[in-house]
Amino acid sequence: MTDQPAEKPEEQKADAVPEPADTAAADATDAADAADGTVDQAEQDAQAAGGKVADTAPGEPVLDKKPASAFLEVRDLRIHFPTQDGLVKSVDGLSFSLEKGQTLGIVGESGSGKSVTSLGIMGLHTVGQYGRQRPKLSGEIWLNGQELLTADPDEVRKLRGREISMIFQDPLSALHPFFTIGHQIVEAYRVHHDVDKKKARARAVELLDRVGIPEPAKRVDSFPHEFSGGMRQRAMIAMSLANNPELLIADEPTTALDVTVQAQILDLIRDLQKEFGSAVIIITHDLGVVAELSDDILVMYGGRCVEYGTAEEVFYEPQHPYTWGLLGSMPRIDRERTDRLSPVKGSPPSLINVPEGCAFNPRCPYADVPKGGITRTRRPELRETKPGHLSACHMDQADRERIWNEEIAPKL
Amino acid sequence: MTTKRTSRRRLAAVSALAVGTLLTATACGGNDDDNGGGGDAAGFNAGVNKVANASDKKGGTLRYVGVQDADSWDTTRMYYGFAIDFSRYYSRTLVSYTAAPGQKSIDLKPDLAKSKGKLSDGGKTYTYELKDGLKWEDGKPITSQDIKYGIERQWAQNVLSGGPVYAKDVLDPDGKYKGPYEGGDFKGIETPDEKTIVFHLPKPNGDFEQMLAMPTNAPVRKDMDKKSKYGLKPFSSGPYKFQSYTPNKNLTLVRNKNWSAKTDNLRKALPDKVKLTLLTNADERDKRLINGDADLDLNQRGMDSQGRTTAIKEHKANVDNPQTGFISYVAFPQSVKPFDNIHCRKAAIYGTDHKSVQTARGGPMAGGDLATNMLPPTVPGWDKNDDQYGIAKGSADVAKAKEELKKCGKPNGFKTTLAVRNTDKSDEKSAEAIQASLKKVGINVEIDPFDGAQGSSIVGNPDVVKKKGYGMVLYGWGPDFPSGQGYGVPLWNSKYILDNGNNNYALIDDKKIDSQFADAIADEDPKSAAKKYAEINKEVMKGAYYLPLTYMKVVQWRASHLTNVYSADAFNGWYDMVNIGVKK
Amino acid sequence: MLTYLIRRLFAVAVMLVVIILAVFCIFFLIPKWTGTDPATMFVGKQADKEAIEAVRQKLQLDDPILVQLFEFFKGIFVGRDYTGGGTTTHCSAPCFGYSFRTEQEIWPILTDRLPVTLSLAVGAAVLWLIIGLAVGIVSALKRGTIWDRLGMTGALAGVSLPIYFTGLILLAVFAYQLDLVSNKFTPFGDNPGEWFSGMILPWISLAFLFGAMYARITRATMLEVMGEDYIRTARAKGLREPVVIGKHAMRSTMTPVLTLLGIDLGALMGGAILTETTFSIPGLGQAVLKAINEKDLPLILGVTLITATAVVIANLIVDLLYGVIDPRVRLA
Repeated sequence: MTDQPAEKPEEQKADAVPEPADTAAADATDAADAADGTVDQAEQDAQAAGGKVADTAPGEPVLDKKPASAFLEVRDLRIHFPTQDGLVKSVDGLSFSLEKGQTLGIVGESGSGKSVTSLGIMGLHTVGQYGRQRPKLSGEIWLNGQELLTADPDEVRKLRGREISMIFQDPLSALHPFFTIGHQIVEAYRVHHDVDKKKARARAVELLDRVGIPEPAKRVDSFPHEFSGGMRQRAMIAMSLANNPELLIADEPTTALDVTVQAQILDLIRDLQKEFGSAVIIITHDLGVVAELSDDILVMYGGRCVEYGTAEEVFYEPQHPYTWGLLGSMPRIDRERTDRLSPVKGSPPSLINVPEGCAFNPRCPYADVPKGGITRTRRPELRETKPGHLSACHMDQADRERIWNEEIAPKL
Repeated sequence: MTTKRTSRRRLAAVSALAVGTLLTATACGGNDDDNGGGGDAAGFNAGVNKVANASDKKGGTLRYVGVQDADSWDTTRMYYGFAIDFSRYYSRTLVSYTAAPGQKSIDLKPDLAKSKGKLSDGGKTYTYELKDGLKWEDGKPITSQDIKYGIERQWAQNVLSGGPVYAKDVLDPDGKYKGPYEGGDFKGIETPDEKTIVFHLPKPNGDFEQMLAMPTNAPVRKDMDKKSKYGLKPFSSGPYKFQSYTPNKNLTLVRNKNWSAKTDNLRKALPDKVKLTLLTNADERDKRLINGDADLDLNQRGMDSQGRTTAIKEHKANVDNPQTGFISYVAFPQSVKPFDNIHCRKAAIYGTDHKSVQTARGGPMAGGDLATNMLPPTVPGWDKNDDQYGIAKGSADVAKAKEELKKCGKPNGFKTTLAVRNTDKSDEKSAEAIQASLKKVGINVEIDPFDGAQGSSIVGNPDVVKKKGYGMVLYGWGPDFPSGQGYGVPLWNSKYILDNGNNNYALIDDKKIDSQFADAIADEDPKSAAKKYAEINKEVMKGAYYLPLTYMKVVQWRASHLTNVYSADAFNGWYDMVNIGVKK
Repeated sequence: MLTYLIRRLFAVAVMLVVIILAVFCIFFLIPKWTGTDPATMFVGKQADKEAIEAVRQKLQLDDPILVQLFEFFKGIFVGRDYTGGGTTTHCSAPCFGYSFRTEQEIWPILTDRLPVTLSLAVGAAVLWLIIGLAVGIVSALKRGTIWDRLGMTGALAGVSLPIYFTGLILLAVFAYQLDLVSNKFTPFGDNPGEWFSGMILPWISLAFLFGAMYARITRATMLEVMGEDYIRTARAKGLREPVVIGKHAMRSTMTPVLTLLGIDLGALMGGAILTETTFSIPGLGQAVLKAINEKDLPLILGVTLITATAVVIANLIVDLLYGVIDPRVRLA
């Protein structure tokens, strides 16, 4: 199962899409742009941006990869699945970074590439996949100064569960139905720690206690089906925390749960993050969830980042029509439903035949605001609208601010 | 009721096992020189009409293999030919067969008796005196009362069914005696002392001694009689005794220390042990024989086609091709039209291409020579030249067949049905050959295969035969004991047309034949009796009741290291088992 | 758990009684309805009238059906006597009938032959599980590769080739040509080494046939299981791939395999007739083949009961094992 680094087969397609790095550099309005790509500048940028934005030079053939300075740095990640219908570009040039103690929320509809990204970071795309099932990966993922895509798969395996761990969406199907909760936590602990079963079991009880499971010493021997949904997710979280991971990825951690339990679980994640100081990536389609937890928010559409900024920026000065749509679909208790803005109409784009120009253009109510039909011919680049806040939209700043302030914000 | 049984059962039994045609997985090329445990084989047909590897050397184990267990090892209940042959390992009779190959074996010699029976009272009284020093397997002497008791057992048919009852029918034709379990003592047999036994026959019967030679009339000791379970471990009067027996699995005989060779000059009893393994698969049996894992086939039906081919091609020196006492034939039931007319019967005989039938049965070697009349060669009185229909020339006589059809009033031919056992492959093939040749003379034959195991209630039931319109019945037959009586009475005597279990398929009801039989049976001189049976045979052929097909031959395997092997007419051409030895 | 077990055992007992009733009806009533005399069936072919009458008395065939049934059940628990024709034959408990063809009680025949068939079936099952699971897993994990195609082609061959074909080929090559193994059955008690040598080919032949089915079902289940979320979770924990497959995936794959195994083993108890015939193994299959050829109905009845019992018991064991494998199956 050698995990060969992908050989960038997408490179040939570069002519169809304008080289992002160049245009980004040309259009950059801010000096903080790291397009010229020196080490110093990149570091400076990272620091200056507080680890918010790292890379704007994706797709460039990098001969000698620079180690990242941030705790987690993803550069131009591309994950493509060859299928009989064609190449599915689930993730197509994604970059971001994250520091310890910080929380990044990745938001998007289903099929936008959120989960694929998280599994990519976990290195789970290449395990147990053969032949045609095997996706093509390219780009770089730096964790603690180590590049993961080119690393020895067994090294990555050792990181999994210990350095990076994951909380899955549906704890009922994500937990093995035939093993006890305790057994599954013990297993997660012992794979990375050489301890006897007794100690591991004590650890499992401790973790269950920590995540708020009553009578942990007793429930440790229960099977997943004997737990309620919320309890299962707590157990799942306990399992993911078994090895004090430095990076915790929560993939739709509350989707399968009912509303009251959702809040409890989010509180738990927040508390745990404070306690353990890990970096957290929350993946969700629900802006409400990230609103509570995230420092930064990355909005994904069609396998790419369309907006990136701090939670405050994204919520109060969103720069992309897609983000507006997402905000519109957010349930709020302080507004009347009647004058609500309708959520994004239409369905997510095909990842095999991504629309020409801006991938969002078929659904965008403002697609014709920029002149000359540019939205249908040229893909907008991710540009800073202000330091640390990026957006990929052809509309100019003035139009965006006007529309947001006049049309969208009042209706939210 | 009369329980006249016949050897049809023998034939049916051995043909009962057809495990389907297994795919031919040829293991050719492996020409092991040392198969059979060392030494060169004695040569093709070395055991036919002569003794292969004559020797008196004792010791070793003789290994039989079979695909069919005995109907019973109880001497009273057995009827299968191989069982009767095999029974001589552990049972003796007053008189028995000569230890010699071929026709000579038929001559009876004293066995338990000092000499052959002394006849008196116009052939109605037989007196025997026993030899000295005869012992049972526990050392107690064999007495004339034991012999009498053994014979009496065949009257107890409600408990001990299955065996032939010739002696019973001759001694007590009206069935007045009820058998030893219910009827006490039988008056027809007297035992004035422990050494003497006297039989009183109501009517003389020239074959009575032949009947006494059958194991049905072997001694059984009263205190050892376990009735219906006796067959699981018969008490031995012969050179070997049962060590272990599991029905349908295996049987082991070991020496009976109380048997004395001095009292027995008919049995060589060479091996120390005789073992029998029972299988279900005839191919596997043949493979074991060829491979040297077994010495002899118990069941005497010969090898199956695949084993036969390998044996003849690669190990011909291990093969014997003896004439059996069996004949295959087609009977014409006179109850089914138009075979009530002799000319239609003759038309069918003339119209058959005999050669093609022989080929269908496996050719001269496996199928046997063309039968020209209804007596098999092992029965005294047989004459190959009695060929009234020119069968020997092989081909059909179309002109004569058409002529007979005209005389029968069916110049354009007719339609009829031929019944054939579905358990015998060569029978089915013969039927097809007959069908093909008769079609050419205008007789359209429809073949109807029936369950061979149910024969007695299908072709053995004249009503069924008539209802189903079986104008032709293809079957096989052999003598129960080597005489015209032991062979022909059930087939040709009007007395034996039975409602069920009938063997006189042709329904021959001819006063002349009946009286000829009565005359022959009463004849005490075997030679003149043989002539009389030949005359009966001629009469039967004249009536065109039968279409004889072949005198059946078999291809038998004889392991190289066996000694003293010969086929004997007394056992329908099978080897005289009790005289076979093994080279170590 | 205990109450469950008791309840299940009770159900098994009831089921067996029903099976006995059904078999009894088939052998005693249907001949009566169709006008065939059961007595003639019991004595075998060509028995004379006196013998038939004796059997008729012995089997109490003139008694009402209920009395006959009662006698049959009584025989199982306390034994019974067959009286007729002036003699009495005793059949000691458990009496499953008496064969008037071989003059044997049925029960000892069954207990004599059952271990042989059992050793054939169990030995083959061990082999086919190894082969089937291994091929199935490899095919599933390497789906679409040459290994998958090779494995599934082999499985197709295994399913489609009849046992006597593979059996005879194996015999011809390994026993007769190369002389590597014994070509005949030797009882274990006589010589364990020879027994093993003689059982290898039958085991392989049966395992080839059944292993093929297991390979296919393993592959299908494995493919399904590998797509489950909990497999992803196991990987996310950092477990090695062999542990993920061997422990997490296998545990789930075992469920359908076990179901099949229970049914197959039970059915094989009725005798692997073709295998036993091809290799001349004196097991139940051979006994029943003989019995069919000789119309030895009491023996057929006995083997039918044994087979039915074996299937029912095998299924009970499978159900109990379900509870062990899958905690969601509540044994209460």
